[in-house]
Amino acid sequence: MIVAEAKPFAEVAGMIGGCRRLLVVACAGCTAVCGVGGVRQAGELAAALRIHFRLKGLELETEVTGVTRQCEPEFVGELAEAVARCGAVLSFGCGVGVQFVADRFAGVPVFPALNTRFAGGFTVSGAWEERCRLCGDCQLHLTGGICPLTRCAKGILNGPCGGVQDGRCEVGWDVPCAWMLIHERLAALGRTELLRPIRPPRNWAHTSAGPRRQGVSTDDSGK
Amino acid sequence: MTLESNLARLLREGHFAVTAEVGPPKGASADPLLQKAAALKGYVDAVNVTDCQTAVVRLSSIAAAVHLKAAGLEPVVQMTGRDRNRIAIQSDLLGAYSLGVRNLLCLTGDHQRFGNHPEARGVFDLDSIQMVAMVRRLGDPGEFLCGEPIRGERPRFFVGAVENPFAGPLEMRVRRLEKKIEAGAEFIQTQCVFDLERFRRFMAMVREHGLHRRGRILAGVTPLKSVRMARFMRDQVAGITIPDEVLARLENAADPAAAGVSLCVEQISELRKIEGVAGVHIMAIAWEQIVPEIVRRAGLYPRPAQ
Ligand code: SF4
Repeated sequence: MIVAEAKPFAEVAGMIGGCRRLLVVACAGCTAVCGVGGVRQAGELAAALRIHFRLKGLELETEVTGVTRQCEPEFVGELAEAVARCGAVLSFGCGVGVQFVADRFAGVPVFPALNTRFAGGFTVSGAWEERCRLCGDCQLHLTGGICPLTRCAKGILNGPCGGVQDGRCEVGWDVPCAWMLIHERLAALGRTELLRPIRPPRNWAHTSAGPRRQGVSTDDSGK
Repeated sequence: MTLESNLARLLREGHFAVTAEVGPPKGASADPLLQKAAALKGYVDAVNVTDCQTAVVRLSSIAAAVHLKAAGLEPVVQMTGRDRNRIAIQSDLLGAYSLGVRNLLCLTGDHQRFGNHPEARGVFDLDSIQMVAMVRRLGDPGEFLCGEPIRGERPRFFVGAVENPFAGPLEMRVRRLEKKIEAGAEFIQTQCVFDLERFRRFMAMVREHGLHRRGRILAGVTPLKSVRMARFMRDQVAGITIPDEVLARLENAADPAAAGVSLCVEQISELRKIEGVAGVHIMAIAWEQIVPEIVRRAGLYPRPAQ
């Protein structure tokens, strides 16, 4: 899933500066699951913002609501009346959600409450961790189910580099070297022969102009 | 302008090669570089010029190489994948070759996190192995990575890579070396050797796989200048191991710098005895002036004519 974190309060307060009425929209999708974008967090931030502005002698009205997923136009459409009432939106969606809200309500400023960080999950080490760079060319069958593009600090495809020590990555000793993990896992599976061929440079050419697309209504060939 | 790499020729003729390393300055004058180079002249067969090592901005390695060449030294240009994608690397290499550079060392590169611009976006479009393969193809059959033929002169570099025999299980290190050689690396410079015992085991495995015959292996050495430097390298520099007895020798010496030089000279003579070691690469970090003494005392002076 998409993992996000709350933006610093001062940054959010700064961006909504001139607003008098604000619709604060939670998302029940990924950002709620990773504990930053649910109705509770939206309500708490709304309250904090109101107090912040009141202390400055300014009045901010907030209305807190939520949608199932901000990355779907159908759900975003449910916000129409509230958006019309408030005239500005603070979104607790990921970067996708923020943009879908902005797309739907062209005349209304939309502000992000979160920093969208990566595609990952909650690991045994007790932290949210990136697991996929969304590169569009999955090679996990060759690397023991461990993604070097994501988990090696240099994205090396023929690793490990000469900096690994005691299984740790030279770029951060608190992180295991992805290539050591790959070696160990393939050794355990008796499949180290997968490591012999030289992996060629990645093909980054799969983007059409701008965002990647897929589906019936679009054409990825760029024609 | 020499057409062939002197380093390649010496190695092919079976000479025990000596290379050294210089870091370009952090300013826009080549003078500091040329001062270092003056000390090395006549004592080494080629000089590596680092490519913004430790991700700190410095005068470009290709420009530095051209300065060195004009001063009569043969440069080995280091090229990392940290700051350039495949387009920039190929373009810079055409330029380097056109300027007379013949030796190239391909590295993935130190991560920008430790440099003076940690906010920079790391490129890492190619890893070192992919870069080696790409560069060999530029020379023969003479095509770019995309497969398009090169027009006119092809850059036929003498292509090298690095290997660290001290990082992770030996067997895995040898396998990675094999991949570099399979990709086309013609020479290999290793991380500095302090743990001779482990290096001997590494070389035994290298010989088992016949890799020493396919790529020339230059063992890295570094003279330790002080106990502090030795401890720093052991504790802070990724991929370097310094055995306790090496450290103890420095600690017990009245003059640690002199002990460090003696140690380095002894290491070189031990390395020369190891079958498959084709030369040494002396990395005297910020201590280039000591290289002549090391080369002399190691019995490696004079160097064969260029
Ligand atoms: S130590 Fe391992 S994870 Fe870290 S950069 Fe090197 S190969 Fe990648």
